[in-house]
Parts: sequence; structure tokens; C-alpha cells
Amino acid sequence: MSKEEAFRKSARSMYKAMLAIFLMVGITTFLGIYVIVDPSLSSFSGSSEEDEIDYQDAADGDDTIENGIHLRTGLVEGEGLMEVVYNCTNCHSAKLVTQNRMTKERWKATIRWMQETQNLWDLGDNEEIIVNYLVAHYPPTKKGRRQNLTAIDWYELEN
Amino acid sequence: MLALQDPDPFKLFDKDKEMIVLNDRPWNMEAQAHLLNEDVTSNKFMFIRNNGKIPETIDVASWALLIDGESVQQKKTYTLDELKTKFPQHTYQLTLECGGNGRSEFDPPAKGNQWTVGAVSCANWTGVRLRDVLEDVGVKGDAVYIGYHATDTHLSGDPTKEPISRGVPMSKAYMDETLLAFKMNGEDIPLAHGYPLRLVVGGWPASASGKWINGISVRNKIHDGTKMTGTAYRVPCETVAPGETVLDENMCIIESMPVKSLITYPKTGAIIDSGKKLTVKGHAWAGELEVQKMEHSIDFGATWQPCSVDPPSNRLAWQHFTASIGFPKKGYYEVWARATDTNGVSQPMILPGWNPKGYLNNACHRIAIKVS
Repeated sequence: MSKEEAFRKSARSMYKAMLAIFLMVGITTFLGIYVIVDPSLSSFSGSSEEDEIDYQDAADGDDTIENGIHLRTGLVEGEGLMEVVYNCTNCHSAKLVTQNRMTKERWKATIRWMQETQNLWDLGDNEEIIVNYLVAHYPPTKKGRRQNLTAIDWYELEN
Repeated sequence: MLALQDPDPFKLFDKDKEMIVLNDRPWNMEAQAHLLNEDVTSNKFMFIRNNGKIPETIDVASWALLIDGESVQQKKTYTLDELKTKFPQHTYQLTLECGGNGRSEFDPPAKGNQWTVGAVSCANWTGVRLRDVLEDVGVKGDAVYIGYHATDTHLSGDPTKEPISRGVPMSKAYMDETLLAFKMNGEDIPLAHGYPLRLVVGGWPASASGKWINGISVRNKIHDGTKMTGTAYRVPCETVAPGETVLDENMCIIESMPVKSLITYPKTGAIIDSGKKLTVKGHAWAGELEVQKMEHSIDFGATWQPCSVDPPSNRLAWQHFTASIGFPKKGYYEVWARATDTNGVSQPMILPGWNPKGYLNNACHRIAIKVS
């Protein structure tokens, strides 16, 4: 190894060491500032949860609410709305939710059935939020043995 | 096929604008009573019921139907051309009604698409008899049931799951009218209704009429495919009180659909002049049976008058009825229709027996009329 080569080599390793120190200082400074701004690291825990589940369909889109209705899905605005959007509209349309009326027990049973047979994931803490939303906005109503005819669109019949 | 994401389902499936979309993933759509006035239902008024996703690519040239199962002599595969050329073709007009038609009326409410009255159709289906094909394959003496397999895909995207795989007992599979159909109303079956091959089983819940089928398994036991078990297309073997919990082992598979009728003319809400007669028209059907009597009432069942009812064009086709009705004075009326089958069983005016999934609602249909 010539002197020149030895010099170049030591200069290169010095450069590498300095770069490493610079990067470490930089990362530490960034992390320090990050923790000051967001001490609970909430945006990390949120995104790691999302990585496990394919929210592709449900999370993409406009979440405008008009007259108390989430326009994209037709779901009623209320506590738990977005948990329902994210967990209940990936496989099927929200229309399957909004046209049904169930008690708390039967909404829960429906979730179990989807978990057992339809590949629905464990909803964790969101289950309580989702079931409470569903039973608050889509509870059963009494219909009796036969209802009146309603929403009749009257018209003159030529006969 | 990007077209299946077309936001306009009426254009996508060539349906009338008055059809009602119950669900867009999966696609479920029903008619309204007045849309079903035709003797033979056109595609544009035919309800769509899907459990899974409609297949996006269909290669007719390579389409094959595999007949397998415990009770075949040997597995055998037929191309569409082989089915069409090897066996005699037959055309029947067949009533297909969703088992859950009328579900929306049950109390306590039943889970699922909330069908009102429009999940029924009666089109002409052309194809070959399933019996002819099964006889060509060779079926063992221990055969009990057939089950279909199809190319639709599960909503979750899981390729190991079949969205639906139902079937019928051998006695129904062997009936003249049970077809492997490739035409509806004389044309290729529309994609949403099973192109290029559909099993058509008239008079039974329409879910037995598998769409996009590429397999028939001949089973030595009751077929145990998806939607053959649990609460799907099953009702309590013994009647239960509304809202009662029913264990799976106490549920029985629905076979023939019950007697039912629909007033298709005029549309509900007609205002007519006092002293004028009103002509009403509609259809009546009775699963495996025929309708032997058709009546109407304008006083909520206090009195019933006869309608005239035609014989079916063939077994398992709906029958057309008509009546000319006079009203005694001005006021609000409802015209109720009631069919009676050949066993003497009639439609109830109130909801029939409650069941967990809200099947078999054959309560009388009615329309509102004002005489002014």
C-alpha cells in the first residue's frame, strides 16, 4: 500500500465516522424535538394500527357531512361514525348497515358471525364504540303484524 | 372490467330507473310491484341478488362445468359447446323468488337486505336438463343432493371462500324444469344474472339457482356448502314466537316457496272517479304447486270476490290474474289480493310465522286507491 493510498483510506474512514456522528446527532435532535411536540407518540401508534388492516376502500374518500349524514356512506353522524366507516365498510357497502335495525345483542351477534365466517378482524376497543353507535342510530322499531301503507304517491288514473 | 365499478348501476346492468338499489357492494336491487306487470319479466325489471362479487372476467371459450362429488361414477367436464350440442334444449318460464322477499316487514326485524315485494321474476330460461347431464355422467345410488360451485368471489377477497354454494335434493335436481341454462328470454343471460351458465330451479328460493356456475357436486349427504347451514335460507323446524333464539340444529332448509301474489296494475296511489270500475292485474305463484283460486277484497278481508286466473304457461311459471272492481262510495280503499294453492292453502293477511332471517313472507299484497 503506497503512502498516498494509506492517506486516502484514513481520510475516507474519518469522513465515514464524521458522517455517522453527524447523522446520529441529527436523528437524536429530531427525535428530541418530536417527543417535545408529541409526547405520547400518538401518530406512530395510529399508523402502525392502520398498517395491519387494509383500509384501502374505507379510508379513501371524502368525509363531508351534510345535514347529519356522512355523504360518502349514508351513515348518520354520531360518536363512533368513523370507527364504523373504517371497520364496517371494507367488505360490504354501508347500505347493508343503514337498512338494518337491531338490538345491541343482535348487532354484537352479527359482528361475531362476520368474525367467524366472513374474515372480519378483532375490533378490540372499537367494538364497544361501534356497537354503541349502531344501536343508538339503527335500533329496531315496532312494526306489529302489518303496517299501514305509507309514502303513497297519489296520481289520477285515466280509466 | 372497470365497468363493474360504474357508479350508475342502472346503466351497468341495463335496469329501469325505477328499480330500487338496496346494496351496492354486493349489488342487490329490487323491482317495485308496478314494474312487474309484464307476463314474462324483462331483464330491466328483474331483481338482482348477490352474496359475493360478480365475476369480472368470463372466458366463454374456456368455460367448463365440472361434475364431481362422492356420488358420481367418475368426474366429468363439459364445455359450454358440449352442453349445447350434446343434450336436447328446453325452454321454461320459471318463477324465481328470493327467499327473503318481504323481509322488511318482519318484527322484530330480520338481518339482511330489506327486500319489500320486488325480489321475484318470471323469465323464460333456455338450457339443458340437469337430469340429462347427470345421467350422462353416471350417478351412484347413494346420491342425496347436488351442490353448485361458481366463479363469483367472496366480499372479503379471500380466494378460499365461496360466497354461496347451495343446492337441491336429487328429486328436485331430476325434475324436467331444472335446467343448466345459457339463455334468458331468448338471449345470452345478462352478466348480473349468471352469464354464461346458470342453474335454474323454479319455485324454490332463488338462491338455489346458482349463477356463473362451473361445478356441480353430486353429494352422498345434504350439501354443506356456504349458505346451506346456520340461519341461511333456513327456518325453524318447529314454529317459534317472534324474536325467539333458535339453535342451528333446530333450523330446516327451505324447499318450495309458499303461495303468493302481487298486484302489478295499477300502481299503488291511483285516484279514480266515483262510479268508474277499476281493472286490476297481477301474478300469482305457489312454489312447486299451482294457484287454484285468486280473490280480492276492498274491505280489509271482510268480504272476498273472485279474480279470474290463467293457468301457468308451464309448471313453475307464475299465473296472471285480473279483476274488474266497483267501489260502493267515495273514499280511501285498499285492494288486497289473496291466492290459494292446489292444497287449499291461502296467503295470510298478516305476517306469517316469524323466523330469525325473515324468510317466506307471503302476506297478501295490497295497493291504495282513492275514489273521488
